[in-house]
Amino acid sequence: MSTPSAQLETTATTADTETDRQLATGAEIFIRSLEAEGVEYVFGHPGGAIISIYDEMHRIKPSFQHILVRHEQGGTHAAEGYAKATGKVGTVLVTSGPGATNTVTGIADAYMDSIPMVVFTGQVPTHLIGNDAFQECDTIGVTRSITKHSFLVRDVRELAATVKKAYHIASTGRPGPVVVDLPKDVLAARAPFHYPETTSIRGYSVVGKGNQEQVRKAAQMIAEAHRPLFYVGGGTIISGGSQKLTELARRTKIPVTTTLHGLGAFPETDPLSVGMLGMHGTYFANMAVQNTDLLIAVGARFDDRVTGKIEAWAPHARIIHIDIDPACISKNVPVDCPILGDVAQVLDQLDPLIEPAEHDEWLAQIDVWKRECPMDFRRDGKLRPQEVIRALRDHTRGEAVVVTDVGQNQMWGAQFYSYVHPRSHITSGGLGTMGFSLPAAMGAALGLRGQNRDVISINGDGGVMMNIQELGVAAAHGLPLKIVILNNGYLGMVRQWQELFHQERYSHTHLEPTNPDFVRLAEAFGCVGLRCTDPADIQDTIEAAWAVTDRPVVMEFRVVTEEKVFPMVPAGAATDNMITAQFSPEDCA
Amino acid sequence: MKATSTTETQTGAPTVPAPGFTPQQLFRKQAAGEALSPNGEDNVHRHVLTVLIDNTIGALNRVANLFSQRGFNLESVTVGEAKDPAHRRLTLVTTGNDRIIAQVLRQLSGLIDTIEVDDLTDEDHVERELCLVKVRCAAADRAALLAIVEVFRANVVNITPDSLTFEVTGPTAKVNAFIGVMKDYDLREVARSGRVAMRRRLAFEH
Repeated sequence: MSTPSAQLETTATTADTETDRQLATGAEIFIRSLEAEGVEYVFGHPGGAIISIYDEMHRIKPSFQHILVRHEQGGTHAAEGYAKATGKVGTVLVTSGPGATNTVTGIADAYMDSIPMVVFTGQVPTHLIGNDAFQECDTIGVTRSITKHSFLVRDVRELAATVKKAYHIASTGRPGPVVVDLPKDVLAARAPFHYPETTSIRGYSVVGKGNQEQVRKAAQMIAEAHRPLFYVGGGTIISGGSQKLTELARRTKIPVTTTLHGLGAFPETDPLSVGMLGMHGTYFANMAVQNTDLLIAVGARFDDRVTGKIEAWAPHARIIHIDIDPACISKNVPVDCPILGDVAQVLDQLDPLIEPAEHDEWLAQIDVWKRECPMDFRRDGKLRPQEVIRALRDHTRGEAVVVTDVGQNQMWGAQFYSYVHPRSHITSGGLGTMGFSLPAAMGAALGLRGQNRDVISINGDGGVMMNIQELGVAAAHGLPLKIVILNNGYLGMVRQWQELFHQERYSHTHLEPTNPDFVRLAEAFGCVGLRCTDPADIQDTIEAAWAVTDRPVVMEFRVVTEEKVFPMVPAGAATDNMITAQFSPEDCA
Repeated sequence: MKATSTTETQTGAPTVPAPGFTPQQLFRKQAAGEALSPNGEDNVHRHVLTVLIDNTIGALNRVANLFSQRGFNLESVTVGEAKDPAHRRLTLVTTGNDRIIAQVLRQLSGLIDTIEVDDLTDEDHVERELCLVKVRCAAADRAALLAIVEVFRANVVNITPDSLTFEVTGPTAKVNAFIGVMKDYDLREVARSGRVAMRRRLAFEH
């Protein structure tokens, strides 16, 4: 009897030592989890609370590539750009305290624009939480209202499962940012590594197909409509429904307007396209909205920049709203026929129920509006920003991925590039974060590496300075970014409001005195710098920029200071109350 | 939710909408419970909601935060362990027009920690609130005070030479009435639990 018992003891001892050897630190579990999740890039910046992760990274040589950004905000925007360009989840890794707070703008941006992103933040050891320890910050508290969800990992045994949940939540349903806070002692503690293949969260379910009864009702409404209009938002692109939508619109001859984030969901070169709607939308898109009798909102959220004065918006329209987020339904405008579901799947359901149709009278009316006020700009021998965007479009034949910053450059970039592909237009729409473009373009270029797509970053001289440090990162990785700076020496959009609505009181918008020499700045960061001051040189500048393939090129265009973005719906006005550009057709010859 | 228009129910006669409204604009205003005329008032209701959440760190914070984040009214919150100790059950009282109440329900349901959200307002349900009331009262005046609180079936939970502390339980209206009466005496302290509510039927078992 004593022998088996002795044997048992021996076995137990062996098992223990073996388990000990199999136990991984939290830091290693973290890295292995990201590998298991298929992460390609981690945009990160080390610090005290996460130094153990960087130590393990040094030892393990993980399958993902770590991109050392020069400011955590740049890291979040890079992750956003990566996510928007590829449809995959962006990953950010920062330390506690200031590392975490520096990500707040990027997290808020991702929340507003439904971008899948997981931000891992270091945290002080659990026993110090709440003690105002060095570099402590209540990251979960600070980010609560700008995240889809957040986790504080208190036990190393929950780490891998939490990473799995974070990626699941970030990427499904209406995507959004998730924060995972990692205390230093949890990263040091040991546990066996096991990455779960699936995860289920009781309070979280993802809708797919729409209610068939509602879909049938929508089909009926579409059949009855005389002046229908598709109003297409970013949700269409996120769900992968662009192709389906394009087919459906063409088959039913229903014109399409897109939001800023919907650009590219429907080719703007198609005669059925009426371009972007809203504050700086086209005259004909806004006129179409104000006169339509059926608005089919597809993955759009009725933002105030789209609706203007909400009571006066689309006054004759019954509304069908297809969206994956229940909270988006009837949030701003009560709708006649809500369909809760994934856009691509609902369009699939809708398709067989809809007969081909003609709307000749309606399309003829839209053509009249298109001729009344086309999208154009003055050509008078001065360097106009719109001409630069058009030239970029012509040079790239509309095939580039365009990442705009915020302000006038963003609106010109939206108005004059004529997007034809989904995920070819990336911008900070909801939050309107200046400094977004440069790091986001960097993330997009990394995500599209090897795919032979040009990535153009369009900036003003104001916004580009807000994350200019990432230029060095783009240069270090040899990314052939084409970085355009439309330099008008002002915070142009604010200047435009001051000119139009504040009696030309240009309070603190003049940037020239503090602007650097952008060409020398580019060269200092290891990029190529080009300057263009004459419209006759636009083409040469672009060609010179495209000749460079091994590093970023910064093209500074000294554009007309007074140029404004038109049409414009003043804030709070009805959308058919537009200020349009004041020039005669012969100016546009 | 409710389709009746405020102005109609308030004045008893159909109101003439402000000129220039299209039928669609009228439909949206009615669906939102918004005023149909410029000087009208929104169709605002008080709603009693129960919310079942995971008993995890931060879950309660997220619910509370949602109300400030989205600008919703929050009149009362109670929270306690549910049938399953892994969950907590909240009773919330909020006000708003139909559009806002629908938003409250959808935003609450959208939280990852939320397991179930129920609007009891139009359902057959019971509501209770507990209240402790401390009144300064000399020994000689006790008998008179005790006779009054008897009407409310309030219990005396503490007596000191100078004070009486009562416990009263019931619907909010009863608690309000009791506190109103106590104001005629030397009322010193009030502690209310906030409402808890439950459907009468077995529709929401946790």
